[in-house]
Parts: sequence; C-alpha cells; structure tokens
Amino acid sequence: MKQLLKRRRVGVMTEWMRPQSLEEALDLLAESSQRYKKIAGGTDVMVELQIAPERRPQAWLDLSAVAELQDVTLAANGLRIGACVTLAALRRHPQIQTRWPMLAASAAVTGAAPIQNRATLGGNVCNASPAADNAPVLLAYSAQLEISSPCGTRWMPYDAFHCGYRQTALADDELLAAIWLPYPPEGVRSYYRKVGTRAAQAIAKVGIAALLQDNGLGQMVTARFGLASVAATPCMLPTVSNYLQGRDLDTLSEAALREKIRMDLSPIKDIRSTAEYRLEIASRLVWDAIHHAQ
Amino acid sequence: MIGKSPHRVDGLAKIRGSALYVDDLPCPNVLYATTIRTASAGGSVDGVIFAPHIDWSDFIVVTAEDIPGKNAVKLLEDDQPVLVEKRFRHAGEAVVLLAHADRELLRRALQAVRVLETPLSHPVFDVDEALLAQDEIIPGNIYTDYLLDKGNVDLVAGIADVVIEDILVTPAQEQLYIEPQGMLATLQMDGSLLIEGSMQCPYYVLDALVQCMGMTKDQLRVVQSTTGGAFGGKEDYPSMIACHAALLALKAGGRPVKLIYDRGEDLRVTPKRHPSRTRVRLGASRAGELQFVDMDFVIDGGAYRTLSPVVLSRGVIHAPGPYRCEHIRVRGRAVATNHPPFGAFRGFGAPQSIFALEVAMDRLAKKLNMDPAALRHKNLLRSGDVSPTGDQLGEDCFAHPVLERALSESGYHERQTDFRQWNAAGHATRRGIGLATFAHGAGFTGNGELYLASKVFMQAHGDGQVEILCSNTEMGQGAATTLVQIAAAALGLPLAQVHLAQTDTARVPNSGPTVASRTCMVVGDLIQKAAAQLLHKLHLEAGLGTAFSTFDFAEACSRLKAKGGDLLVSASYQPPTDMLWDEQRFVGRAYASYAWAAYIAEVEVNMLTLETRVLNFTAVQEIGKAVHPQIVQGQIEGGVVQGIGYALYENVLWNAHGVMANDRLTNYIIPTTADIGSLRVILMEGGLGAGPQGAKGVGELPMDGPAPAIVNAIQQALDVDIQQIPVMPENLLALSQVGESFPCQ
Amino acid sequence: MPITMRINDQSVTTAVAPDRRLLDFLREDLGLKGSKEGCGEGECGACAVLVNGQLVNSCLVPLGQMQRAEITTIEGLVENSALSQAFIACGAAQCGICTPGMMLAATALLAEHPQPTLDEIRWGLSGNLCRCTGYGRIYEAVAQAAKGGSDD
Repeated sequence: MKQLLKRRRVGVMTEWMRPQSLEEALDLLAESSQRYKKIAGGTDVMVELQIAPERRPQAWLDLSAVAELQDVTLAANGLRIGACVTLAALRRHPQIQTRWPMLAASAAVTGAAPIQNRATLGGNVCNASPAADNAPVLLAYSAQLEISSPCGTRWMPYDAFHCGYRQTALADDELLAAIWLPYPPEGVRSYYRKVGTRAAQAIAKVGIAALLQDNGLGQMVTARFGLASVAATPCMLPTVSNYLQGRDLDTLSEAALREKIRMDLSPIKDIRSTAEYRLEIASRLVWDAIHHAQ
Repeated sequence: MIGKSPHRVDGLAKIRGSALYVDDLPCPNVLYATTIRTASAGGSVDGVIFAPHIDWSDFIVVTAEDIPGKNAVKLLEDDQPVLVEKRFRHAGEAVVLLAHADRELLRRALQAVRVLETPLSHPVFDVDEALLAQDEIIPGNIYTDYLLDKGNVDLVAGIADVVIEDILVTPAQEQLYIEPQGMLATLQMDGSLLIEGSMQCPYYVLDALVQCMGMTKDQLRVVQSTTGGAFGGKEDYPSMIACHAALLALKAGGRPVKLIYDRGEDLRVTPKRHPSRTRVRLGASRAGELQFVDMDFVIDGGAYRTLSPVVLSRGVIHAPGPYRCEHIRVRGRAVATNHPPFGAFRGFGAPQSIFALEVAMDRLAKKLNMDPAALRHKNLLRSGDVSPTGDQLGEDCFAHPVLERALSESGYHERQTDFRQWNAAGHATRRGIGLATFAHGAGFTGNGELYLASKVFMQAHGDGQVEILCSNTEMGQGAATTLVQIAAAALGLPLAQVHLAQTDTARVPNSGPTVASRTCMVVGDLIQKAAAQLLHKLHLEAGLGTAFSTFDFAEACSRLKAKGGDLLVSASYQPPTDMLWDEQRFVGRAYASYAWAAYIAEVEVNMLTLETRVLNFTAVQEIGKAVHPQIVQGQIEGGVVQGIGYALYENVLWNAHGVMANDRLTNYIIPTTADIGSLRVILMEGGLGAGPQGAKGVGELPMDGPAPAIVNAIQQALDVDIQQIPVMPENLLALSQVGESFPCQ
Repeated sequence: MPITMRINDQSVTTAVAPDRRLLDFLREDLGLKGSKEGCGEGECGACAVLVNGQLVNSCLVPLGQMQRAEITTIEGLVENSALSQAFIACGAAQCGICTPGMMLAATALLAEHPQPTLDEIRWGLSGNLCRCTGYGRIYEAVAQAAKGGSDD
C-alpha cells in the first residue's frame, strides 16, 4: 500500500465536507450557510476555480455522496431526479428515454461524454447559466423543484426559480434536493433543439424545448416552451403560450406569432452569437416546433 | 521501404503515454515562471511598480536591464524586443519576468506588479485604416510591398469580355496545437545553458539565444522535447519564450526554470495566421479563357515584422493559382497594425490568396454562365505552358489529372444534378457541391534553400546502427519515420537499424527549419546523399561489397572503427542548376516542385438554423511519391479538417486592445469528431518531385483547398455571394436579409 | 482527512488539499505524466482518465471526491491490447498529445459499445479534440480494435 502524505500547499488547509446524508448536509448549512462552496459534479465550479484562482473557496460542501440526491425514482405523481444524478445516467435511463425524451436528448448534448459522466442535473440548474442545456426541457415539462433546508422541505415550480442573470431563488441555507417531472399527458408532442457553436462540446446559441398538446381537431390546447440563451435566464414564452391556447393551427399567422415571441425574448450579442440570429432562429424553431413536434 | 507504411518510430511511446513533452521533463527543484505584459495596444512604459506587501527578494525578477546581449528577438529584422524597455507596439508584450518555486505565490505576485503605461492615442487594428493612419507604427505602416507583374493587365482589363470584381476577407486563425508552448531552461555547472522545449526550429532558438544572451553557440544547447503539435505556431515564438526562460535561468543558480503558457495566455500572445483582405478582378473571354488576373493582396502583419515578408511572398506567388494567363498582376503588402504580430501557420500566406482567387473564379464562372469545373478545365496549366511567374512547366504538371480524378471520384456532375433537384423540392436543407483547384510549392523559394545551406550528418556506429543527425523535428507530421525510411532504403538496411537522433544542437547540424513542407523533399534528399556517401566510404575503406547483408554492414562498420576510421559523413545542400528565381520581381522558377490538387466539398445548409455541415469531402492531390502513404493520408486528413475549421468554425475575435477576446477553448471552436463527415483522400504519384523517389512536400497543401471549396459549395447551395470566412450561421442570416435571391425555408 | 483511492490497481493514500485537481495529483504527486493539460477547462479531453470506469476530464475532478475511487490512467491500460495495436497499426497518433485521452475515451466507448457504429465512435470521442489527424486514422483504429485486433 502506497502512502503519500505530502502536503504541498502553503497556508490554511482547505476544508472539504462530504456528508453522506441530506440531514448531515443541512446541519452544515444550519451552522453556517454562507461558508461553503457547493460542488456536485464539478464541471462548472472547477472551471471557475481555474479562471479565478484568487477566489478559491476555503470550504467546500461536496454533495456527491449525499444518499438522497443520487437516484432516479418513478413515483405515482411523476419522476423524481435526485439533484446529483449525472447527465449520463439521465441520457441512458430507459424510462426517461421513452417518457421524457427531451430530457434524454438535452442530457446527451450537454458537453460531451466526459462532461456528462460528471455533470449533474442539479448542478446545471443551480449554476443558472442562461445557456443551460437542460433548462428549456425542465421548463417545458413543468418541472418542480424539491428544495431542502434546515427548516424543512419546500417545493416550487422551476419556472419561478431563475430571478435574474445567474441568480436563483435558492437561499444560502437551502439545497436543491431533487427535480420532479410530472408525467406528460397522453398525446403530447415534444420538440427539442439545441443550436450550438458546433455539434458536440458546445455552448448553446439557442436552445428550445416545446411540449404541445392539441385537441385532435387542429386546435392547440396547451403549448409550453422553454428557451435558453435568448434572455438573461432560461425562459418561457408566456405571451406565445397564451396566444396559442385554443387557436386553430391551420390559420396560424407566422407574423403574429413572431410579434408575440418578440415580447417574450431579449437576446443579446455575445462572444458566441448575435441578438439578430438568436431572435430569428428562436422564432423559426418555435414555428417548427408547433408544426413538427412529435 | 519507400511507399510502404511501417509503424511510426515514435508511435509506441505516444500510445503508452510515455513520450516526454516539455511539461513532463524531470526538473527537480524547479522554479515556475510567469510573464507580466503590457495592457495597452502600444505606447510607452513609464515605470513598473512592485507592490510592497510581497517580499520580492524571494523571487527571481528579470527586466530588460538584465539582458546581456541584444534586446531583440532574432528574425528577419531585429525590431521585436525580448522585453519592453520603453516603447511598445501591442498589448501583451512582455515587460517583466518572475520566477518562484511556489506557483500560488507566483500567481499572487503576478497580480502585484503594475506596469504604468502611456497608451497610444490611436492604435490601429485594420489594414485599410493602417494604410491611411497618421500615426505610423513604421513608415507608411508597410513592412513589405511586392509586385508580381506579368504582361499588361491595365491594357487588357479595358478590353476583356467579362470582368468580375470583388473583395475577399480571411480572419486570423489560431494553430491550436493541443500542447501549449513552453520551455525549460537550466544553467549548467560550466556556465552553459540548456534549453529544452516545444519547438519546430532548434537552430532558430539557438540563434535567438546567441543574440539575446550574448553567448556563443558552444555555451548554448537547445534540445527539442516531444512537441505536441505546432503547424507553424512554434516556428518563431519559441525563440521568445526560450530567451525569457534563459534570462531567468541565468539568475536561478542552476535551478531549472519552467516557463509554460496556460491556454489563455498562449491564445492571447502567440502568433496566428495573418488576416487578409484581397481585391480581385478577373477578366475572361466569353468562352471562359482568362484574360487577366489583377489582385491587391494585403495581410495584417501585426506590430512587428517577424515573418510577414515571407508569408507575403508565398501568398503572392500562389495568388494567381494553377492557371494559364498572360496578364497577371498581384500586388502584395504586409501592413503594420497594433495587433500582436501574426506568424506562420500551415500554408503561410497561400491559404489566404488561394481562397480569394478560387472564390473569384466561381464568381467568374457564374457570370459566364459556365460550370465552375468547366472554367477550371479551360484554364488549368499543362506541361509546356508558361506559369504565372514566367517559368515554362516541364512534365511535372498534373493540374488537369487531379481535377479529372476529383470530378470522377466525387461524382461531381451527378451530385450537382441531384442537388439541384433536392434544392428545388423545398426540403428543410439546401445542398451544394463546390471545388477548388490549386498548387502548392514545396520548400523555400529558389534562393531560400541556398541561404539556409542545410547540412545533415549520418553517423554509423561500430555495431552497425546508423543515426541521422539533422535539425528537423518531429512534431506529429511523421518526419522521424519518413526520414528513417528514406535513410534505411538508401542504405539497404532494415528500419530498426536506423534512428533519428534527438534534435539537440550540441549534436545535430543545421539542416534548416521544419517549415515550408521542405523536410521530406529537401532534407530527405540530403539524407539520401549522405547514405550514398556512407556506403561509398564503407565500400572503399572497409571492404563492404556492393551486395551486402545487415551483418556485412555491421562488420564493415566495426572494421572501419577498429582501424580508427571516421564513421561520420555529411551532406550539404546543392541548389539545382535550373532554378533561377528573382524574388523581387517574382519571375522564374519559384519552387523546386509544386504539388497539385483538386478538392471537392459537398455541403448541406440547414435552412432553419443556417448551420452548414460538410457531407462529403474529396481531396485529390498529386504529391510525387508518397514515402509513407499512411502518414501522407494523415497529413491530408488533418489539414483538411483544419481547413474545414477555417471555413466554418474558427474565428479570432478581438477585444478593444487588439488582443484575442475569445481566449478559451470554449469560445474558439475547432471541429470535433461529431462535426466531420466523410473525408476521402486520393493520392496520385507522378514521381517527378525533387525529393526522394520523386517525392514533394505535402504538409501545407491540404490547407489551401477546403475553405474555397466549401464556400463555393455554399454559394452553389444558396445562390449567394460570400466574401468572408468563417461562414457562420449568423453571416448567412445577415446575407439572407439583404439578398433577394436567398432561398426561403 | 486522508483520501484513499486505487490508481491503476494500486492503493494510494494522500492528504493533499482536497480541491487539488486529480490531473495535478497524477502528474506531480505520483509522477504519472501520461495525462496531459491542454486547456484546463474540460474542453479538450487531453487529461481524460477513467474514474470508476467512466471517462472524465481529470482537470475538473477534485481529490476530495475521489475517496475509494478506482482510477485508470493511460499508464494503467493493458499494454499490447487490441486498441494499442490498432492505434499503432492505423497511425492514429501524430503528435501524440491527445493520444492518452483518446485511448481512454476509446476504451470507455468499447466497454459500452463493443461493436460501435461509426456514429457511435464519433459521438463517443467528441469530447477529445485532435488537431493533427483530422480523426480519420483514429476512427479506423477504434473500428479495428472492435473487430478484435489488427488484421495484419
């Protein structure tokens, strides 16, 4: 057995807390909610550490061993995905592939294999990038978040989670424990598309997920859209959804639809793409989703 | 042996992960180094402030004052300082070097040094602005102004039947070797310096150290470690890093100094492909015969001269393409701007000018209502024709055969018809097929090789093992294997008996840099000559018979050694007698050999998202002789994928200081396996190259064709005129919003 | 608290800082230089290793999460495997800097898809950038390894 006890760092030893249960984790947060940098798969926070080493955390809360966060379970009212379930596990999960195919699709295009083997759905949600690949899908599927704190557990709809650019509704002493997806109703059609800088290992320029239901007579009953990279946060299209409700799909005007889309989006120009491109492609994909979702 | 594909000599170590790159070299007691740089895009340094909360006596600190020799990086001109003294020309110039054993302390120290600057009031980042600028970086802001002028363009331009005119633009391109640049420098007990690192040209580094350190060649030893990709990006910049590491090592009391750039720094400060802007006019008869070619080719050289004159020269020579035309004018200028200097990247000026010409040819074809392939057929050179530089072509001209082969292998005409039908049927995608025909000269231009005066050694040992000693480096392109193959074939020995010595300036002579697709052709040829000399020597002095076994050879070596004979031979470059080249007027025979190629790209544009992907790519090239066909294929596949990146994905974005803004791999996009479709490589071997068994240079050729072929294909698919690469979906969207003919989804 | 893992089938215990990157621990503390740093941000895959059989970018993995982990680096791959032989026979390594990561990615891919289609190979390796080869010889090597070894 090879023993290596070299301490190579000068200065204070970094604290690494690795609770095995949610209770342990919450106890730590109860003690000191602001102290810990949370880490799950590390694919975002380790990059941050590399880019800004001067902001190196003194204490870490490693969630990757917390038992309650590790599983995918099918319950009566829906799918519970523990926050630390990896994207690779989601991509491979047979029930997710059949019943929530958009999630299997978005997990499969987040980064590439080595990223998916580590990145977690909870991490993707809490990192709160406006370009988050799985966010549109969670919005379209009406995801609910199970949030735990020392005071107990609360649920909130995911569509209320993002408050501003990289800001979430999670308080310092709260942990995202799980993401719940209700069973999609019978006969829904879904559509997921990521337009990235390249086919794999890419950040989204536009991401869209749509869950649509019509009444069998050519009229839209409900239409839920989730979009990434077209606003300061992942967002929905409330004006569009309202507009489509009860509407006859055959006589749908693309111009009118685009007008509604403009009200819901505020894309920007950044290092990857332009505002014009994002708005235009998002508009096209919404139209495509309405007509070609499966 | 030649024409076979034995296992690469360096393959095993690389597959095991045991090959040593600079960051892997053992370096006990190492000091890590970092560089403090200017922030403004030119100006003057008024002072450097070292924050008082750090004990600087703990660090090695180097500034320009510490330079024992000349404060200039040795290249074509001594205009680029190793460290800034006062005036500087771009953001990211090195001012202060620091070294310390603790990387965390070093990182903090980096933040604790402030360079006080008075910035320039009007830095320029655009070539046309630079040409008009009042505040000049250098006189006229022009490094070099070349003119290739054949016939009388102005006379003919007025009477040509059909004329097209356009402006084509190419961006900077990052080499993106996966191993970042770095050097390890150690002061030896005897006061000499050992420099090990990632590089293409150890003798460039040696010469730079001689100049900067004020030391002689015997006091310096430069050794190339396994180099993880280069593509030209490690041609000149390693000299800068080596000088920095050496300066620190001088003060390090014998401790090794390791200066390795992290990816962000490497992206921001090391040289990239020269951006270009070309105004092209082409004139032709109604039947499609070229009547004149008129090009104004400008490359952005950045803030110091470095290699720009040579890049410009190559760009100018290749600009008129493989076509027959009596009236050709190419004006080339390398312009100074306040960007960091641009430098070598596979193709070295030719991808830029060939892009402009080949896209212009398709414009011309469109105006003539001719198929692009037919227009090429009408004008491609044949043996006996006069080249654009006034040289009469001999037998070694394969422009037509490569095109014919490419058209047939790709099913060009059938595909074209299929795509027209597809496009008319209102699918969600549009498809197009496009081509580029081109030639690439191998080696330096006529006088260049003469100037290099390359020399190789061949050292036999008493046990019959033979070493090749040359300064050419393996950087992935297969030189180590190819040169060994050539030597083994020439000696009549098995591969296992021949080795390429590590590129260590203490042992190897200067056989020139590993650039310009010259290694196999020029150095390979010298190796053949050295082999012949060795055999001759063994024959004369050790009784080796004309037919011999491996055992006989070893015996002969042993005998000669026992007699006290010398087992070392050398061979030096002799210029061919028929290579007359006027490098000022661009007249004569520019290169010993040209390789010929025709590339055909099939693309599909998604009309919803305007993303383009390459469906199929056919690369046909005539390369004289493939010494190692698998290596040649690998070179072409790799070059084509870099070309696909150049065409569709790779863009260097600039920040307000003229430095690369997308300085992370997340934001500089090269193709992954998921982005590349089917790629077919077809080799033709005319056997007439200047290298071993008729070989020619191959490394750079594949860079020239993909971008124009892809752009031409997109133009076919969408019936638009594209003027710039990369062709991003955002650009196609903008085009669709101004153009009337852009197809609707 | 010391961390114990198995690296290339050898037990290793360490008390280095828990936020130390696995890549640095392998290279600097254990002298296993085969895993390379190409970008430091999980984009290039040159640092890829297997952790509990899964391909990961070791530049993004903190030691603190490696308690009881089974880690395989390039040094731990079987010598003369079908994959190694295929990589050599097909000329799949040029400069070699991406090769260790690529070998591990191929190993992980073949473990999940013993007879991968070309598409599966493409997607499986899409987290490993290569700038030299254009990927062609690499596909061929993986396909050859899947067939159970070189055909010569």
